[in-house]
Amino acid sequence: MKISEADAKTLLGAAGLPVAPGEVAHDAATARAIAERYFDGGAERVVVKAQVLAGGRGKAGGVRLAASPQDAEEVASAILALAIKGYPVRRVLVGPAADIERELYLAALLDRSARRVLVMGSTEGGVEIEEVAANRPEAIVSVHAHPHLGLAAWQARELAFRLALGDHLREAVAITTGLVRVIQDNDADLVEVNPLAVVRERTADGAETRRLVCLDAKITLDDSALPRHPQLEALRDPDEEAPVDREARLSGITYIHLDGTIGCMVNGAGLAMTTMDLIKRAGGEPANFLDIGGGARADKVAAAMRLILADPAVRAILVNIFGGITRGDEVARGLIEARGMQERDVPMVVRIVGTNAAEASEILHAGGFETAMTLDDAAEKAVAAAARSGAAA
Amino acid sequence: MSILVGRDTRLIVQGITGREGEFHSRAMLEYGTPLVAGVTPGKGGQTAVDERVPVYDTVAEAVQATGANASCIFVPAAGAPDAILEAVGAGIATIFCITEGIPALDMIPVVEEVRRAGARLVGPNCPGATSPGRAKVGIIPASVHVEGRVGVVSRSGTLTYEAVQAMTDAGIGQSTCVGIGGDPIVGTTFTDVLELFGADDETDAIVLIGEIGGSAEEEAAAFAAEHLRGIPKAAFIAGRTAPEGRRMGHAGAIISGGRGTAASKVEALEAAGFLVAGSPTEIPTLLRQAGYGG
Repeated sequence: MKISEADAKTLLGAAGLPVAPGEVAHDAATARAIAERYFDGGAERVVVKAQVLAGGRGKAGGVRLAASPQDAEEVASAILALAIKGYPVRRVLVGPAADIERELYLAALLDRSARRVLVMGSTEGGVEIEEVAANRPEAIVSVHAHPHLGLAAWQARELAFRLALGDHLREAVAITTGLVRVIQDNDADLVEVNPLAVVRERTADGAETRRLVCLDAKITLDDSALPRHPQLEALRDPDEEAPVDREARLSGITYIHLDGTIGCMVNGAGLAMTTMDLIKRAGGEPANFLDIGGGARADKVAAAMRLILADPAVRAILVNIFGGITRGDEVARGLIEARGMQERDVPMVVRIVGTNAAEASEILHAGGFETAMTLDDAAEKAVAAAARSGAAA
Repeated sequence: MSILVGRDTRLIVQGITGREGEFHSRAMLEYGTPLVAGVTPGKGGQTAVDERVPVYDTVAEAVQATGANASCIFVPAAGAPDAILEAVGAGIATIFCITEGIPALDMIPVVEEVRRAGARLVGPNCPGATSPGRAKVGIIPASVHVEGRVGVVSRSGTLTYEAVQAMTDAGIGQSTCVGIGGDPIVGTTFTDVLELFGADDETDAIVLIGEIGGSAEEEAAAFAAEHLRGIPKAAFIAGRTAPEGRRMGHAGAIISGGRGTAASKVEALEAAGFLVAGSPTEIPTLLRQAGYGG
C-alpha cells in the first residue's frame, strides 16, 4: 500500500527524523490560511504540493511555490483542479519553502536478490533515482543492513562520508539508521527521502545555520503485514481507492483496471498475466487483470463477475481457471449463478481445466457457455466474441 | 536422481491437522510420497489423514522417531516463520513453505538462519516441488505430470501447471518441477534451482517460467550463460503486456522505473541460449527446437 507524502512525513517525524514542516488542506481557502501562518512565522515563500499516490508530480505541475497567502490560494486552487496520471488531486500539502544548498537521495528498501534491507544514497537528489542509476551509477552508494543486527552505526557513518556529509555526520547517521528503523517498525517495502537536503536557516539572532532535512518522503507498506499495523491500515485513503478497488480488496480478489474490452477472470497471478498477454497476442485488449485466488468458491466468482461488468467498456469475458486447490465444478456453478444475477448480457468464453474439469465441462455445456480447451484457443475465441459484441453494440 | 524431492525423501508436514494441511497430505500420500509424520503442537500422539500419519508435538520428536529429512509447511502466516526455524533447528535439510501472506521482513532473518544451518528453504508462497513417479511435496496437482527428463522451475502456481500440462500433453515428461514462490523474499532462487538441475544426471533440458518484476530471471540467465551452455533450454515470461507501476498480484510482480520488464528478461534469457515462448503451449515445440529429443 502506498501512503501520501504527508503521511510518510508523519511516520518519519514520529521516528525522530527531521522533516520539513507542513499541513494538509482539502481546499484553497484552507491552503491560504495555512500559508498565512507560515508567512507570519517568517517564511519568505511557501510550497504547495499535490498529495496523490503518483510519481512525477513536479512535472505535472503539482508542486508550486507561492510568494503570498493570496498566491498560495491561487496555486492551491490550480493544483486541486489537476488530475495527475489519472489521480484527481484532493489534498495539498502547504509548508514553508526551504532554502536548499544541496540535494541528496537516501532510501531504505527490500533488496530481493540479497534478501536484506538495502540502504541506498546518492549525491544527486531531487531527480529520479532510476535516471541516476542509468546515467551516473557511480553517484550511488549503498550498504546492506545485517539480517539480525540491522544497520550498524559504522555503516551509516561510512555512507555519510561517501555522500560527502562529513559536516553533518551525526545528523546523517541519525537519519540513515532512522530510515531502517522506519522500515522495520512499519513493515515497509520502501522508505525514500528525495530530496534529503542541506538547507540554510537563520537562527533567532540572525546567524546562518545549515542542517539536513527530509523535504519529500515516499513510503510503501507491505500489504501482508498490514493486519498487524491497524494504525497504518487507517491511513488507507478512501478518496484514492475507487469503489471497484475497494470491493475487490474486501472480496479477496486482486483486480486492476485496464483500458481494453475483454474482461478476464483467472486463478493465479502468473496465469492472469499470461491470459492478458495472450488476449493481446490474439489482437484484443484486456479490460482488467483479475486473480480470484486459490480455492475460489461460488460467491467469489459472483463478486469477480460484478467487478468485471462494472466496467462499461467490457464487451466479452474470458474465464480461465486451472483447477488445483480450486475446484472447476464449483467455479462452473458460480458462473451459472452469477449469470443469473447479472444485469448486462456479455458473451463469455470459459476454459476450466485441472481438478474436476470433467464435471465443470458438463455444467458449462448444460448452461450453454462457449468453452475452450487450450489457452490460445480461449484467447482467440474471446477476442472474436468481443469483436462481434462490439459491432452489435 | 531428480532434485529436492525424490526416492530418498522422508517428509513431515507441519500443520498437518489444518484443513489445507490435511487435504494436501492426503494427495501427497496418494501420489506415493513417503510422508512419515505430521507436526501440530498440542496434538502429539494423535494421527492424521485417516489414521495413516502419526502426529508429533515438535519437529525434533518427529525427526527422532522417523528419520525425516524434509518438511512441507502449511502453518498460517503468523506462525510460518517460526515453523521454518523449528524445522531448521531439528536438522531438516529441505523445507518447503507453502504458506502465503508472510510479511517480507519476517523472512529476512529466517532465510539467513536457513543459510547458516546449511539447509534449503523453498518458498514461501510456493506450490512445492514434484519429481514425477517419485514424490510430490506441496500442492501441484498430480494430474499435470508425467515422468521424464526435463526440469521445470517457476515463480508461479497455476501458470506452472499450465506449462507442465502442455509438456505432458506433448509427451514431454519432467524430472522435477519446482515452484520457487512469488514473494519478494524467497529461500531458493531461479539460479539455485538451475544449478541443481545442471548437476542432476536425470535432467537433460530445462524450462524456466518467470514473470515481470525484480531481476531474478536476469540473474538466472547470467548463470545459465556461463554454466548451462550445452543444455536445451526454453522459457516463458508472464506479464509482457502489464502496465508499469501496477502490481500484478504477486508481491514481486511489478515493473517500476523501467526495471523488471518482460523485454529485459526475454533479452537476457535469449542471450543465454533460452528459446522464449510467446505462449506456454509453445514450450514443447521450443524444447525440441533447442535439441531436446526426449
